[in-house]
Amino acid sequence: MPGIGSAALVVALMAALYAAIVAVVGARTGRRELVVSARRAFYAIAGLLTLCFVLVESAFLRGDFHWAIVSERSSETTPTFYKVTGMWSTQEGSLLLWAFLLSVYGSIALFVTRNKHREIVPWAIAVLSGIAAFFIALMVIWGETPFATITPTPANGQGLTPLLRHPAMMIHPPMLYSGYVGFAIPFAFAIGALITRRTGADWIRTTRRFTLIAWTFLGFGILLGSLWSYSELGWGGYWAWDPVENASVMPWLIGTAFLHSVMVQEKRGMLKVWNVSLVIGTFVLSLLGTFLVRSGVLESIHAFGASTLGKPFLVFIAVVLFGSVALVISRLDDLRSEARLDSLWSRESVFLLNNLVLVALCFVVFWGTFFPLISEAITGDESTLGPPWFDRYVVPLAIVLTLLSGIGPIIAWRRVTLANLRRSFVVPIAAAALTLLLLVVATPADESTASLIMFTLIAFVFAVVAQEFWRGASARRVMTRESWPVALSSLVGRNRRRYGGYIVHIGIAVLFLGVAASSAFHEQADARLLPGQSAKVGDYNVTYVRPTARPGDASRGTGALLTLGADIRVTRDGKTWDLHPARNYYGTPSDKGPFAALFEGESTSEVALRWGATEDFWLAVQPDLRNIEDAIRRADARFADSDMRTQEVIYAAILARYIDRPAPLPVRAIVSPMVAWIWVGGGIALLGALLALWPSPAARRREVAAAYKARVGGELSRV
Amino acid sequence: MDPSRKRKIRLVVALGAAVLLAGGLMLTSFTADTPATTPSQLLAQKGGGDYKLTGKVVDGSVKRRGETLSFAIRDRAGNTSVPVTYTGVVPDPFRDGREVIVDGKLQGGTFVAERDSLVTKCPSKFENASDGDKRS
Repeated sequence: MPGIGSAALVVALMAALYAAIVAVVGARTGRRELVVSARRAFYAIAGLLTLCFVLVESAFLRGDFHWAIVSERSSETTPTFYKVTGMWSTQEGSLLLWAFLLSVYGSIALFVTRNKHREIVPWAIAVLSGIAAFFIALMVIWGETPFATITPTPANGQGLTPLLRHPAMMIHPPMLYSGYVGFAIPFAFAIGALITRRTGADWIRTTRRFTLIAWTFLGFGILLGSLWSYSELGWGGYWAWDPVENASVMPWLIGTAFLHSVMVQEKRGMLKVWNVSLVIGTFVLSLLGTFLVRSGVLESIHAFGASTLGKPFLVFIAVVLFGSVALVISRLDDLRSEARLDSLWSRESVFLLNNLVLVALCFVVFWGTFFPLISEAITGDESTLGPPWFDRYVVPLAIVLTLLSGIGPIIAWRRVTLANLRRSFVVPIAAAALTLLLLVVATPADESTASLIMFTLIAFVFAVVAQEFWRGASARRVMTRESWPVALSSLVGRNRRRYGGYIVHIGIAVLFLGVAASSAFHEQADARLLPGQSAKVGDYNVTYVRPTARPGDASRGTGALLTLGADIRVTRDGKTWDLHPARNYYGTPSDKGPFAALFEGESTSEVALRWGATEDFWLAVQPDLRNIEDAIRRADARFADSDMRTQEVIYAAILARYIDRPAPLPVRAIVSPMVAWIWVGGGIALLGALLALWPSPAARRREVAAAYKARVGGELSRV
Repeated sequence: MDPSRKRKIRLVVALGAAVLLAGGLMLTSFTADTPATTPSQLLAQKGGGDYKLTGKVVDGSVKRRGETLSFAIRDRAGNTSVPVTYTGVVPDPFRDGREVIVDGKLQGGTFVAERDSLVTKCPSKFENASDGDKRS
């Protein structure tokens, strides 16, 4: 069976090379049948990789430990959900996932454009095939194949790393990769547009949906990652400016910039060089993100050689980057703007500023992420920059970004006028001022200047969007006499892109609200409590009631062998909640004995989280095993080779002792105001993006009619 | 001033500002961080000041005795190691072979860490089977 998979990969690689070469030949000779053949070869890649995907998944589901990948990440006791998703927690499996998604999305994009853009599409096929060839080559030529086998077949697999046994963490990679891969499509079309010198807005219009889809997936993936960090890892935060986090956010920032600046190109034919640069940048950063997470390069510049993938990846990224830049430079003449910036006080200017802020944010993140390598190269000492450094620059930039997201929708194109200012700005500014007043007077928000400014600007953004909806709906009502709800929904239905975009702005503003409030105003307490003792955090009183020990945590399907935790009573203002934070123990094969293997093996924190609209209460414990350590040693010394029955009895005795003689329990409690709004804001942004993406029949009709007219015009002019 | 000259000036000003800001960012980053010391550098120091020690946890060196965690940190690329005693919260990803940073001072050959100062870096998600933990 693995043989079929390996063969399929080789055939897919050949198909990719075939498609790339034939597409280029077809483009240069104008022979359409070659282009069709190349496109079909690309579909074939998708089919072959789908086959590979199915083969690997079925090996997982069967529990076939002859497959190296299955024995690495699965075991007999692994829950089915994690059997299916475990594939992409490995290097080889994740490469297969990447290539699979690329081939599928690429096929969809090529299918949708099969009768359009006859000049650009062949080059797009060539680029997509080239990228696919690279990733397949990583598996086939550089040996990271998911079809490796082990002989002799192990009796059981090693199981999935416990930290990853959380649904969010398993859905996170496909979401991220869908984002990275999705950006390959506008990139491929941009390259095609550059090569064929068709640098108008056509390639943008065609790929806009794909870009937005990719952006949405990537954003969702990032959000899931931070949700996992918050609810699963034992530190209580959702963002640590860790290199792997930063790697995913950089392409997202540039992708956001691109989504905005294309509007300027469509409206006024400006910023063409900027747009192609952004789309190239987004894709290169996606490749860089994919590479960073798997190469270990950020640990040290010398770690390069350690990963076999480091060099080929870097070479590929360099080729893509320098090739694209060279192409852009050679086509600068075709990228001349059709119009000029009339005034700094205009929507074009605000979009440009928005882009600059996003690029600046990306630069800050890039510099901070790669600083260990940079400092090692320059000073010889490896230094890292931590969250305080990042926050220092990101916070002001985020504030400016929020301000711009409020100004952008209401400032006029070309040149702002006093009338425009009066009409559109007065109400939102008034709303913001009122909010500022209320915040200073009625809340402790003024303890943090940055938060205060951010809250005020968020109010400004809300007011701007509300005003836009109100204006649009009342204009409709004047003409159609519809009721408010109907007017609103037809307004939104007819202008999905615009109003979807506004909803995304609201979502991001809400997300910033959550981030600002929870960063500036959170309270944390770390204490060591004996049963009966309490600690205070914020307005809450946390009392350690009793320790708990439960063999085999059946909840959450994590497959843990033991759960040690605590019953904790939390009170505030007379209200009481009972929470049960714990730690799951999975057992690690150890030469010290079976009891040590369990108690001192892999363990994860099972956080007790009380979500709230105004604040979250987060609680984690780290059971202290000192009082049973002796017992564990002695159990291993005398009963390591005993039968299961005896071991179970001893095990129960150890647990009973843990309950009877608990050591002081380290407890961490965090009160985070408004943190849930981060996830809510992300959800709103997601809905806004879906709305903007949703095809509307009217728009489609207009599109088809326009295309038809263009074709007729083209035919007639050829007569 | 004709419009194209105005535009050129705008471009130069904007680019100049960007370069200055980026330059400022880059320069301040060299002083903003606390350089982390590796075990071999630490042992070479004679002074007894506070350091931020970084390196990999030596396989098999982790022992928990009550409240105290003791382990050894080694150079990323070498074998020079320093024993560490630590009390406080232990991050979830902490384990043999992981990259850690801890604050404290060297006392009599052992690095005594400040409470709760242990930071474990998120490991590269995919480690080759040959190096890194066998389990993940």
